[in-house]
Amino acid sequence: MITGNRSKIWRVVSWIIASSVVLPILVMLVSGLTATTELFSHLWETVLPTYLYNTIAIAVIVCSLSAIFGVISAAIITQTNIYGKTILRWFLMLPLAMPAYLVAYLYTDLFDYAGPVQRFLRSFFGWQSPNDYWFFDIRTVLGAGVIISLVLFPYVYMLARAAFEQQDQNLFRASRLLGLSAPKSFLKIGLPLARPAIAIALSLVLMETLADFATVQYFAVNTLTTAIYDTWLGYGDLPAANALASILLFMVFVVVLFEQKARAKQRHQSNRPKRSEQVIELSISQQIIACAFCWLLVAFGFLLPLGLLISMSVEYADMDQFIGLLEPGLNSVELAFYAASLSTLFALIVVLYKRLHHDRTKGLPVNISGFGYAIPGTVLAMAMLATFGPLDTWLNELAVIMNMEEPGLILSGTIFAIVFAFIVRFSAIANGTITSGVEQIPRSLDIAPPSLGMGMIKGMFKVHLPLLKSSIFIAWLLVFVEAMKELPAVLVLRPFNYDTLSTQIYQLISDEQLEQGALGAILIVIFGLLPIIWLNKHEDNT
Amino acid sequence: MIKKIVGTLVFMSCFSANANEDVNVYSYRQAFLVEPLFKKFTDETGIKVNVVFAKKGMAERLKREGKHSPADVLLTTDISRLIELQDKGLLQSVNSPLIEEAIPEQYQADDNSWFALTTRVRNIYSAKRLGEIDFNYEDLADPKWKGKICTRSGKHPYNVALVASMIAEQGEAKTLTWLEGFKSNLARKPQGSDRGQVQAIHQQLCDVSLGNSYYFGKMIKDEKQKVWADAVHINFPNQKNRGAHVNISGIGMAKFSPNAENAKALMEFLVSVPAQEMYAETNMEYPVREGVKVSSLVAAWGDFTADSLPLETIAKHRKAALVLLDKAKFDL
Repeated sequence: MITGNRSKIWRVVSWIIASSVVLPILVMLVSGLTATTELFSHLWETVLPTYLYNTIAIAVIVCSLSAIFGVISAAIITQTNIYGKTILRWFLMLPLAMPAYLVAYLYTDLFDYAGPVQRFLRSFFGWQSPNDYWFFDIRTVLGAGVIISLVLFPYVYMLARAAFEQQDQNLFRASRLLGLSAPKSFLKIGLPLARPAIAIALSLVLMETLADFATVQYFAVNTLTTAIYDTWLGYGDLPAANALASILLFMVFVVVLFEQKARAKQRHQSNRPKRSEQVIELSISQQIIACAFCWLLVAFGFLLPLGLLISMSVEYADMDQFIGLLEPGLNSVELAFYAASLSTLFALIVVLYKRLHHDRTKGLPVNISGFGYAIPGTVLAMAMLATFGPLDTWLNELAVIMNMEEPGLILSGTIFAIVFAFIVRFSAIANGTITSGVEQIPRSLDIAPPSLGMGMIKGMFKVHLPLLKSSIFIAWLLVFVEAMKELPAVLVLRPFNYDTLSTQIYQLISDEQLEQGALGAILIVIFGLLPIIWLNKHEDNT
Repeated sequence: MIKKIVGTLVFMSCFSANANEDVNVYSYRQAFLVEPLFKKFTDETGIKVNVVFAKKGMAERLKREGKHSPADVLLTTDISRLIELQDKGLLQSVNSPLIEEAIPEQYQADDNSWFALTTRVRNIYSAKRLGEIDFNYEDLADPKWKGKICTRSGKHPYNVALVASMIAEQGEAKTLTWLEGFKSNLARKPQGSDRGQVQAIHQQLCDVSLGNSYYFGKMIKDEKQKVWADAVHINFPNQKNRGAHVNISGIGMAKFSPNAENAKALMEFLVSVPAQEMYAETNMEYPVREGVKVSSLVAAWGDFTADSLPLETIAKHRKAALVLLDKAKFDL
């Protein structure tokens, strides 16, 4: 354990990070406490039960499908000799680069009654009206659930894959010696061992799903976030909206806590983390099924939406558009870079604080700093304004007291506010990924450096950080990609004349001109792809 | 030490837009709709226009920024948003004889804290294949349209304002019955945008939809969407009685506007004849200034009588409208 002065400094830093990240959330909770109940009873008597049902249904569908898609594909990639493994290995990450609201827009457009697919079917078969044939309705809870799963399953895939790959091979050898077949020993040993990683990934998926508004809106599905926005923007009651958001947060809290308790007694660490060498040989028919499974995920989660975007931009894009996108593109990258680097750094500090220190509250900073992800972006932005507004006023008063010119707004309406909002929102991702990596490091390595006479801090740099390399990359990458796509917080908090790729696309989508924004959308995807490709190269080299 | 920090912060703040030859706009309207107008304004006056565009949360941002807010001007659509800003005390009165003369009284706030720039009608679109129809909004609940009507979400500000005007006209109880009838006539649950409904009529999914007037013009001018527009008539409802429901886009000056003179200049520019003509021509809305011609495209849709209900009354009934929409489970 790290002790002494260094430990104290570390503790202070951890707490500063955690409390700044949690501050806007507290502001939201406190505002929620002042809400009156009148509006709630009206909502409860009318629409809220349906919203609640929809929310839970979507959450269950998305979590189940993401788990199925993510775990199975990760298992196929790590455990079998599937054809084209090296490509699939990173192609399966690609759907992550697709903004969910964009995919939702593209798919609802594609499969709608007035969309190209049904139009083609009608003209081909000579059908005249909706009564002549059956076609699935994409604008349903199920439709929304499936499409959201298609872009969120890579979370599960990435964390599960990393977990499978770092498992102790001795356990597998032992199980094989005891007569278990390769698939069976995977089911009996590999899968249970990966449970913490899968659980972390699913909690991220759950939070993202619950906080979503834009995506479900395209599916005309009303959820709790609909109620939050109605209460705030319709009824003009921000405290009540904050109270509803707090309820949402509480739901996530309960689920996460429950899950943590359920696996609290388990502790698995491998002594030899290295890439799996165990390969299940697939028969021809199994090969076909496995390939189809993985490639369909890639196709529907990435290739088809990308194809649609490319065909749109071929038709509509020109050089002027591209030049116009350079500045927003740079802004997006800049914001995402800051957000990713800071979130990852903060996550390392709080997660390793929990692991390497010895005091009773060591787990709190990491636990409390991860809930921003479950709050709808705009609601969080409002909380940021409520936090920074008074701070700015205070700074100005301070300047006056010190006989200086009033500086005006320093925190609100600057990119500081946006980056801060990103960190609050995406800390959960960075924390989760780093935690999942740290849990793979054997406890025995914590005490190895001191027993060899090396200081704990130095030992951490020599032992933990190198072992965490891949988790650090994944954490950085995930936050970067999410920040590239993030929309609502940027929209409300940004400075004058400031655009990112996502705000530009949003403006065009809301004016029904996605075609004009297709090029920008492709740029978001490409910028999201670059770190994925880079990560993949990096992994191959190690 | 503290002085140093504050000094650094002061230095940082130089990067925020606050220069004297600027005017800062918080816009609910999309930037590209108003950009040509701003460009012309800058060309004429040399005053640079800075814009932040967001549909949600601008009022909250303005409120939280308080007296240090850089915002000079708020540009919005929908009367309720303007009145919300007025009620929260986020606007200031602008005394300009120029503006007062240019704009009809019903389109200005009593305390001069906001005024309208354009008006737009909530039209009923109907399939051309049905021929000319004389619509009232009340007809949307008529069982003869069962399964034939499409609309966007009832909670969209444009629809909420329409429902509020119905409440003003016939009271809450009747409006709820109307909403329930309307709901049971829908071909599909409320979804998409106003244009999406016209597309659905084109595809024969439904026969009738609600939509703002200017979308018709925008669709006609759009290569891909022209076929949708060609499939429908644009109807001005309630022409034999109270007139068609009208909403506005408008503008107000922020209470703590740091560049109030520039802000006033921009406001006066936006009601000038050339600016109002630009509004009419490029956005296909109805200019609020009397005597300014609508675009030839819009003129072709014919003259109409507008509901003379005061805008404040519509805003007053907004919450009641939302309650009724929830009660009718309109969006579910």
